[in-house]
Amino acid sequence: MSYIPISNDDRQEMLARLGLDSAEKLFNSIPEENRLKNLLNLPAAKSEPELLDYFEERSRKNLYDQYISFLGGGAYDHFIPAVVDYLSSRSEFISPYTPYQPEVSQGTLQVIFEYQTLICQLTGLEIANASLYDGATGAAEAVLMAHRVKDRKRLLVASTVNPQYRQVIYTYGKNLGLEIVELPYDQRGRIEARGLEAALNDGTAVLLCQSPNYFGVIEDIESLSKAVHHQGAMLAVAISEPLSLGLLEAPGKLGADIVTGEGQSFGLPLSYGGPYLGFMACKKEFVRQLPGRIVGQTVDAEGRRGFVLTLSTREQHIRREKATSNICTNEGHCALRATIYLETLGRTGLRDLAWLNVQKAAYAREQLTLIPGIKSKFSGEVFNEFVLEFPDSFEIVGQKLEARGILGGLSLKEFPGLENCALITVTEKHSREKIDLYVQALKEVL
Amino acid sequence: MMINVIREPLIFEISSPGKTAFKVPEPDVPGQKDVLAGVALREDIDGFPEVSETEISRHFTRLSQTNYCVDFGIYPLGSCTMKYNPKINEKIASLPGFTQTHPLAPEGLVQGNLELMKLLENLLLEITGMEAITLQPAAGAHGELTGMMMIRACHEAQGHPRKYVLIPDSAHGTNPSSAHICGYTVKEIKSNDHGTISLEDLARLMDEEVAALMLTNPNTLGVFESDICQIADIVHSKGGFLYMDGANMNALAGITRPGDMKVDVMHLNLHKTFSTPHGGGGPGSGPVAVTKILEPFLPVPVIEEKDSFYHLNYQRPRSIGRVRSFYGQFLVALKALAYILTLGPEGIKEMAEIAVLNSNYIRKNLEGLYDLKYDAPTLHECVFSDKHQREYGVTNLDISKRLLDYGLHPPTMSFPLIVHGALMIEPTETESRRDLDLFIEAMKAIAREAKENPELLKTAPHVTYVRRLDEVQAARNPILRWEK
Amino acid sequence: MYPENLYYSQDHEWLKVEGEEAILGITDFAQKQLGDIIYVDLPDSGKAVEAHQTLATVESVKSVSDIYSPVTGEVVQVNQDLAQTPELINSDPHGQGWILRLKLKDKSELNNLMKAADYEKYLEGLEK
Repeated sequence: MSYIPISNDDRQEMLARLGLDSAEKLFNSIPEENRLKNLLNLPAAKSEPELLDYFEERSRKNLYDQYISFLGGGAYDHFIPAVVDYLSSRSEFISPYTPYQPEVSQGTLQVIFEYQTLICQLTGLEIANASLYDGATGAAEAVLMAHRVKDRKRLLVASTVNPQYRQVIYTYGKNLGLEIVELPYDQRGRIEARGLEAALNDGTAVLLCQSPNYFGVIEDIESLSKAVHHQGAMLAVAISEPLSLGLLEAPGKLGADIVTGEGQSFGLPLSYGGPYLGFMACKKEFVRQLPGRIVGQTVDAEGRRGFVLTLSTREQHIRREKATSNICTNEGHCALRATIYLETLGRTGLRDLAWLNVQKAAYAREQLTLIPGIKSKFSGEVFNEFVLEFPDSFEIVGQKLEARGILGGLSLKEFPGLENCALITVTEKHSREKIDLYVQALKEVL
Repeated sequence: MMINVIREPLIFEISSPGKTAFKVPEPDVPGQKDVLAGVALREDIDGFPEVSETEISRHFTRLSQTNYCVDFGIYPLGSCTMKYNPKINEKIASLPGFTQTHPLAPEGLVQGNLELMKLLENLLLEITGMEAITLQPAAGAHGELTGMMMIRACHEAQGHPRKYVLIPDSAHGTNPSSAHICGYTVKEIKSNDHGTISLEDLARLMDEEVAALMLTNPNTLGVFESDICQIADIVHSKGGFLYMDGANMNALAGITRPGDMKVDVMHLNLHKTFSTPHGGGGPGSGPVAVTKILEPFLPVPVIEEKDSFYHLNYQRPRSIGRVRSFYGQFLVALKALAYILTLGPEGIKEMAEIAVLNSNYIRKNLEGLYDLKYDAPTLHECVFSDKHQREYGVTNLDISKRLLDYGLHPPTMSFPLIVHGALMIEPTETESRRDLDLFIEAMKAIAREAKENPELLKTAPHVTYVRRLDEVQAARNPILRWEK
Repeated sequence: MYPENLYYSQDHEWLKVEGEEAILGITDFAQKQLGDIIYVDLPDSGKAVEAHQTLATVESVKSVSDIYSPVTGEVVQVNQDLAQTPELINSDPHGQGWILRLKLKDKSELNNLMKAADYEKYLEGLEK
């Protein structure tokens, strides 16, 4: 089975039309000595039922779903309304290419235009692109963008930013001679004001912070913005839990110049890490430095509204090595899912859902910290994640919880001084019963 | 498809207060007081839509019907490999055991995922003849960047990162852009009369400051660089690496292997060669395969197997580091794996054979009517130009727009840059003879129309949901979001 | 077609000399090649530039082109109207579509440029 609709007769006739007697001859331009003499050593072709069995069997080797999980840290288990799966599964959305022919791609283009609008509304900024790969590469693109806008080489990155995002920034930044400075955090779990003050200078391009940050703590974006702009630098905010935007003031309204983040919470399943959705918005004045595709509104030959890819001269296919980014393929279908999700939840739904997450997380934190020996590590306000300090290494506590069917959080051992700490995530999918089971199990293992 | 009567508004324009398509559950925990006191909260999400579920369903269904797609007809975009996306692959990638696994779950609880990723890695190594691989890059351009970073890291480990990367003028724009983001200066190699690179030019440009040559093979004209082994020798003789852009691997799989042709690094586009859907612009997936010498530089983590237990190894001191969150486009990888397992060794070879046969069949039938700037033999795609039609004032854009009136998707336009007015056609192996002939007949009719009624082409398309769109206005006065 | 009082470069820029300064733009031939101009990236006043260096970029929907300075000098003024109405370059390339004003460093460099008749011949050569 190879999905080939050319019959043997077709093949013979087509070869004859080309004046060839075998398919081999189609490859005459490849030197004989470079051509494979034998078939590849691949497993024999499977039928559809065999294939499905094979994958179902492997999926059953994943035991994760047998556990009650409080894992988050950049990937969140949220409920996905049925319309998201149904509507996004339409062939007309799954199987087109990038909308290079706008007259037959208005569906894709209008969806992206709506997506860009939703991202602007959520972030409080004026323009948004059509998507990037994920939150981590979004953070890297954001600091590179600030470096281009400011023509400065010093990048400040909060140590409260998701460690994976920071690692990707290092990977991208080191080949470009950029100086990356990590900022310490305080007892509230936020960027330490003195540390920021000391690190900022007139060579600083940008401060990248995350809010809610990796500890779940909400940063004081307004203060950060003032400090950063005072030195002529930019403020970029990365967001790994964008549901928080349903409730928290839009970072753009608090002074952020660039807001980027991970859109997975908006209708994308956990999927073992991908595909996810990088989103990015910025102030209008920076539009020519924004990476990635952008959809704009225009009119057709009869004066009717339509949408096209626009401002393409920023991009690699035109500007080549001088482009704002090398990105070509983005996460179009993920952006579609996010659009359906956000429009389904709507103005009140997103806010109510965000509030439900806050309530559940607060309940869980309260109940867990009633257990003797368990402390809240940071005093800062949180959204749906928080850090607890355990009396012992969390590696050990976590394993004992796992033996009781609970994945109790993510170890923070890579942060010096937080070896006994874990990041616990609670969403609307955690019923009170599940939270209480966690509390019970923790009491038992301590 | 293409119901032109109903003009679907923006969702914001059909929104009205109080409607909702989703009821948020009531809290089952006691109300928490004083939560978020002192935090800046928003009053409202200004402008956010409020609609019912019926309206959501109609909105997206109507919008979908204005899209052309592979399930509707031929989509012959050159270098894009728009082949059929098998349905079973979608079903497999939506199995809850895969979609509901958290990426930071303990390894012992996700052995199924890791086993399948490792298997895909091994099958891709067999197909490419390379020695080590990462599935992490999110798309082709991300793969290029990852590959170039590994090359840079390897040169740095030898004491000097070098300065330049050589790239032919026929290359895709991502090549120079990726090299640039990796800190390199690009030197362009001019194509020769056959559309390929000449060994003399390469030998002249290649020196100890050149980190790598990035070569697409077959190149963007569909022409195989037959001198690839000599090319590799010249690059290697000065200590450089040969990077192969594997965007066009659909022409080679099962026929020849880059690893056997002295290629050092290559990326694959799972969303091209391995049938995963393009989704209107992504997600893609761009695994990077390398030779042994570059293996230490692979991004972290690397999947390893010991005694049938799969493990993610982060302890790789020479690694370039992390290139994205987590481990790559996992669901896309599953679809590609399902495809390879469905095809098997015979199917993979047949895939390349028919892809090349279909392309040459179109080429043969359109030769003469459309100008072919380079007449070298081609594999999976062929590049015509509008040279003959320009005599009547008709351009490749007009030809493309007229194809839309025939219910067909046009080829890639204006690329590669070395062919003025290019029409780059790649049918793929999943087109039937009937669909190929529909395309050929439409192209023939358009060639006639160009002569007899050029105005018809210049004002095309005529029957689509919208007529030709004003891209100049869109760029001069950008409207990039809806506002009240 | 091409005004007699201008100097022309092989890269299709024109210069209109006024005392120690010169106004610079792109020629009618250049604007036709580029098509509808949608954006002009202008330098800051005060920028010093060598002959043949990039001075500005003009963008159409699907292309970006560098504008080279045919002479050595310093930018003293840019055409602010182009920010809002870049299409002036299309509608009036040799007049309202001027791009910037340079203070000339060495007027003898003008000898390297073409007069209208030579430029027209040069264009005929290109079209062949």
